[in-house]
Amino acid sequence: MPNALRETALADEHRARGARLVPFAGWLMPVQYAGIKKEHEAVRSRAGLFDVSHMGEILVEGPEAVAAVDYLVTNDVSKLEVGRALYTTCCNEAGRILDDLIVYRLEDEKVLVVCNASNRENIVAHFAKNLSLGTPWNDVSDAWALLALQGPKAVEVMKALGAPQDVLHLPYFHVIRTSLAGVELWVARTGYTGEDGFELFCASDDAVRLWRALLETGASHGLEPVGLGARDTLRLEARLALYGNDISEQTHPFEAGLGWVVKLDAGDFIGRDALRATKAAGLERKLVGFEMTGRGIARHGYPIVADGKQVGEVTSGSPGPTVGRNIGLGYVPLALAKVGTGLGIEIRGKVVDAVVVSTPFYKR
Amino acid sequence: MTVTYPRNLQYTRDHEWARIEGDVIRVGITSYAVEQLGDVTLVDMPAPGEDVQAHERFGDIESVKTVSELFAPVSGEVVDVNAALESSPELVNENPYEDGWLITIRPSDQVELEGLMDAAKYEEYLGTLDG
Repeated sequence: MPNALRETALADEHRARGARLVPFAGWLMPVQYAGIKKEHEAVRSRAGLFDVSHMGEILVEGPEAVAAVDYLVTNDVSKLEVGRALYTTCCNEAGRILDDLIVYRLEDEKVLVVCNASNRENIVAHFAKNLSLGTPWNDVSDAWALLALQGPKAVEVMKALGAPQDVLHLPYFHVIRTSLAGVELWVARTGYTGEDGFELFCASDDAVRLWRALLETGASHGLEPVGLGARDTLRLEARLALYGNDISEQTHPFEAGLGWVVKLDAGDFIGRDALRATKAAGLERKLVGFEMTGRGIARHGYPIVADGKQVGEVTSGSPGPTVGRNIGLGYVPLALAKVGTGLGIEIRGKVVDAVVVSTPFYKR
Repeated sequence: MTVTYPRNLQYTRDHEWARIEGDVIRVGITSYAVEQLGDVTLVDMPAPGEDVQAHERFGDIESVKTVSELFAPVSGEVVDVNAALESSPELVNENPYEDGWLITIRPSDQVELEGLMDAAKYEEYLGTLDG
């Protein structure tokens, strides 16, 4: 028997709506409700609601909170204003990626770090080891739920639910404290779909109330619950990296196209020396987007070939429901990374043609 | 499970169905398989004239999320493949027992047909799968 899977506060809501629940990173999560394509389309054209409570949340507090988190991540948190958020990688001493995170400065002395469910234990241990003793921090992952309301109608849904003006006009990558449907929460203008939208952090005990209020109010705006299946196709079209696929402890931010979240000259952080050396040495390979020109679907782990030799590996691949093509990401040598370069993807022993394209595959 | 399966078909443990139509066997996947797969996006099948072996892979079916192998219910020669699936793979989701059929096979060994399950047996078998 596998280890017992954890369930979010919303598991029974998912069951009641006929979701298919599957194991993911130690959690039993909804992979789909009405079908991946339909849910994908709902988010692109209307709005979708995701339960992503499996993600990890760490609160770091006190006068040293900002400096402490800044030392743990590659981006520059020291200048992050209250009420703003940033995307970053968190690297080890070797400059390889431990996780990608969003860091929210909730208050002057309160920083929220959101990590991937699959990395929660690692990141918590990494923080525990490297945060100075005087810096209070807390893994609040179990106490907090996280819902993502994503899509062009997300603002309308929030408005219909009575969200105040400052929430409706919240700029991208900002965060604010508010109450909604009688629930106290943090609302951020962030997401993982390539659409406009919000991420809502509330107490796990309030999750059912907020979830139901959103779905009831949102129904007339076309809001639907969306599972992890469509979350994956949505993020891939938007070329948002998935940890464990596109980035890992074997990759560094520069080759992953995430050099923009590495601020080498903005104060010390774990992995800085190694990343400086990596940058000076130059890239050997690069994460590129490709689309299939032959008939086939690339999948994670399939070999990328050129001139009969394996030159790389697919890190993510699937049909792109909105772009209408079979798309993927993978690492290839720099010489093959240019847009328009022909590649072969080995699909169950057969080489199928693909071409490097510019990313994101989809832009709203 | 409340779904019932067509009585006029025979079934494999790999969730293919087979229908005897004169001297050929029409083959598709069951609604259980369709449910497990989700949105079908691509079906990779043999060409007419190729031989297939009972319980061996004859092709692949891909959904948005995953790829699964297709297994032949009986051995024989592929007579026809459902060309409509090339442009409309969603037919498998919409109507797995009619428009969403996959291939027809001219069986080489009639005895193999006796190894297939009828609908009642298949339903019983499915009951043992979902814990």
